Amino acid sequence: MELHELTVLRALDALRSREVSSVELTEAYLRRIESLDHTLGAYLTVTAARARSDARRADELRRRGDDAPLLGVPVALKDIFCTNGIETTCGSRILKGFVPPYDATVATRLAEAGAVLLGKTNMDEFAMGSSTENSAFQSTRNPWDLARVPGGSSGGSAAAVAAGLAAASLGTDTGGSIRQPAALCGVVGFKPTYGRVSRYGMIAFASSLDQAGPFTRTVADCALVLGVIAGHDPSDSTALPDPVPDYQASADGELRGLHVGVPDEYFVAGMEPGVERAVRGALDTLTELGADVRPVSMPHTSYALAAYYLIAPAEASANLARYDGVKYGYRAPNANTTLDAYLRTRGEGFGPEVKRRIMLGTYALSSGYYDAYYVKAQKIRTLIKADFDRAFESFDVLVAPTSPTVAFPLGAKTADPLAMYLSDVCTLPVSLAGLPGLNVPCGLADEMPVGLQIIGPALGEETVLRVGAAYERASAWQPRIPEI
Amino acid sequence: MSTSVYEPVIGLETHVQLETKSKMFCACSAAYAGAEPNTHVCPVCLGMPGVLPVINRRAVEFTLLSGLALNCEVPDASKFDRKNYPYPDLLKGYQISQYDLPFTVNGWLTIDVDGGPHRVGIIRAHLEEDTAKLIHKRENGASHTLMDANRSGVPLLEIVSAPDIRSPTAARAYVQKLRLIVQTLGVSTGNMEEGALRCDVNISIRPAGSEPLGVKVEIKNLNSARSVQRALEYEIDRQTRAIEGGQQVIQETRGWDEDRGVTVSQRTKEQAHDYRYFPEPDLPPVFLSPDWIDGLRQQMAELPDARRERYQREFGLSHYDAVQLTSALGVGTFFEQAVALYARPKVTANWIQGELFRVLRERDTDIQELPLTPEHLVELLVLIDDGTISQAIAKQVFDDVATSGRSPRTIVAERGLAQISDATELERMVAEAIAANPQAAADVRAGKAPALGFLTGQVMKATRGKANPAVVNQILKRLLDTA
Repeated sequence: MELHELTVLRALDALRSREVSSVELTEAYLRRIESLDHTLGAYLTVTAARARSDARRADELRRRGDDAPLLGVPVALKDIFCTNGIETTCGSRILKGFVPPYDATVATRLAEAGAVLLGKTNMDEFAMGSSTENSAFQSTRNPWDLARVPGGSSGGSAAAVAAGLAAASLGTDTGGSIRQPAALCGVVGFKPTYGRVSRYGMIAFASSLDQAGPFTRTVADCALVLGVIAGHDPSDSTALPDPVPDYQASADGELRGLHVGVPDEYFVAGMEPGVERAVRGALDTLTELGADVRPVSMPHTSYALAAYYLIAPAEASANLARYDGVKYGYRAPNANTTLDAYLRTRGEGFGPEVKRRIMLGTYALSSGYYDAYYVKAQKIRTLIKADFDRAFESFDVLVAPTSPTVAFPLGAKTADPLAMYLSDVCTLPVSLAGLPGLNVPCGLADEMPVGLQIIGPALGEETVLRVGAAYERASAWQPRIPEI
Repeated sequence: MSTSVYEPVIGLETHVQLETKSKMFCACSAAYAGAEPNTHVCPVCLGMPGVLPVINRRAVEFTLLSGLALNCEVPDASKFDRKNYPYPDLLKGYQISQYDLPFTVNGWLTIDVDGGPHRVGIIRAHLEEDTAKLIHKRENGASHTLMDANRSGVPLLEIVSAPDIRSPTAARAYVQKLRLIVQTLGVSTGNMEEGALRCDVNISIRPAGSEPLGVKVEIKNLNSARSVQRALEYEIDRQTRAIEGGQQVIQETRGWDEDRGVTVSQRTKEQAHDYRYFPEPDLPPVFLSPDWIDGLRQQMAELPDARRERYQREFGLSHYDAVQLTSALGVGTFFEQAVALYARPKVTANWIQGELFRVLRERDTDIQELPLTPEHLVELLVLIDDGTISQAIAKQVFDDVATSGRSPRTIVAERGLAQISDATELERMVAEAIAANPQAAADVRAGKAPALGFLTGQVMKATRGKANPAVVNQILKRLLDTA
């Protein structure tokens, strides 16, 4: 087995037993990035010097007898997380050249846990998209088929882990941006409960929905990384104060007697038969593991997409107002007046999808339309939450497809925003309800990975991980890196 | 001009910078006065990507205290909202403010104007954040704008009055009273010159006695109580002339030009912002428990109105005197410290309202800035009472104390200001005055009273005010009657 194929836990074993040094591990990843990423396009910035110095430090600490949860493990961060001294663009031309003077809380926590930073990964501009094609800089390709998208918006982070260009990575999920690319790239991706992980230093798209989470190749790795990044942060007033349980321990355990609900509404029209087959197969596996699997109805599911595309753009329209060329990032040259400077900077700095959502959100909040759009969308959000509350009275977890399709070809949906939006139809309701959603690979359809979504109640991360890990152990799927 | 025919309807929006240690949503120091530009800043108050606000509990408490002092109701829960508008001094592109659930609502304050206390309604007092400051410069023919973000994120209390004010003087009294209240609570310096208290006013005029409101004009950028009054006087005149000239008043925002003494149109209703308020998703709602509110109520300083009532009750002062003594921060405390040592409240009050207020006015300063202490005043009053100095001399001594901070007794001794009550010496001086003014002496003998005053004045003049006028008078009468 090559170094880049090691899971995080196996790599830690190797590091702890001195079979391998962090420098060796890091160099292996850097070599692989060097040879493959020009094809894959997963990284926007490779921080080789930083990675080498992190690795040397990790080895030094280990020599001194120190240890830490991720000491010496090479990881990547989505370019949405601010990193002190390292350019952070959020996939946008408007932040080209922006070097934050501060670290996102999750970046600090990874560093404190000893992780080695390999670089910053590609993403849809401001996390708006489902294919990573909305990046201002490059497209990322799916490691399973280079002609296809990796999903999005955290496509770079998903592809990096899937292709063995990082042992683990972090992404963010506002409407599905961790789960959907994890599904399309055949890796584990977890969006925790809203507030479980600090948002400080994570560039905001839709503040009431944004949540950071890990990409890994196994559920056990996911539990480890989540345990490192989760927890209260005094800098984020929406971060939950609840203590962080031992997620690795909770990933062990049986499913006998567990009540699993399968929401009918998530098997949408237009779902690819191969995807449905793989997901139904996973449900059979859960039944074989002793879970009580039954259908459940979530009647407001079909309204989630509409509600999401009012709430998220509304918040985005305010969150993105600060990018005006005055303080940092891109500034259009030759402007004559303040208004002219705004119009040119934002006109040239933002891509079409970002502009579309700023306009949608501005409209939804405008005087005379606010009640009809924003307020009504919030009411729908409440109803969707109520659907989940009701379901969790009878079920421990809900299980559904993550994406109705496997990865689609590059360019297939760029001309049709609505078709692109529908790619997140199975993940949006979970985001609106603020609940944890885990993607676990559940097989292939047409040689492409299919993802199973495991949804828990608020702060139900432990149960979700337990179901994911049990399924992973029992399923035919073995974590593997495709030939590139 | 015929203002009597028109009645102005005035309401004010007042922004008060809260004197908290740190800013509204970050740990930066809020005490930026005099600091180098952009030294009280961090990623949060600079509105950098990915940063998040954290509520300053003290700023919330200052807001609640102010609301309670303004007799407002406090709801069970409150929240912050985003107010969206683009301007370079607004670093996030939105201001965190409060929209439909402010911390305090429905209160009032009283002002003493036009012969009596008037109640002005307070619609709301809410909390928001201040903006950065733009500095426009012109150098070598080119203009550029610099930005100082020290002020960005300083907590700002916005107090919105009901349109209950009916004159520019009342508006000025409202501002002064509001300032006194926030100063008394210790939540703000209330310093208008430094921008710690800033006013926008709304004014419309309507025919006196009529019910429907006229067209509202907003005047911004009023940085003193006096400019509030002046701008309103100008605006009432302008609107009156417009209406009487057959023109319409336009709904618009105007700016006050202090130097030219005029208001200038800034933007019309059509150009008004749509602020697109929505709940701030980065902050949870704030629950206002009765325990918290009661605790704040208990730590609230005695407010000017309560103090005024107490002075009337405890010291037997008139309403007018009590209002005067409670109308500026520190005066009441000065008065109470003096009365604790000197049991003649009315005399003390008269000296404060007469001499102390004169000195403060002449020197354009506050009582805290003077070296004069309550002990000084009491010492001075005792010197008058025991006949050591006359009232006239006492006023001179008062001025000296207010400048030098030396004790009145020292000043009287060093400058030889003690009153001459020695009858022998005074009799000699009176005799000299009679000899020098035979006509006046004759008039006195003929029963012409004013001449007596003239002669007394001559003696006082000769002694440079040090003669005891009562004794001089006595001697004069005796010498002239018996001659």
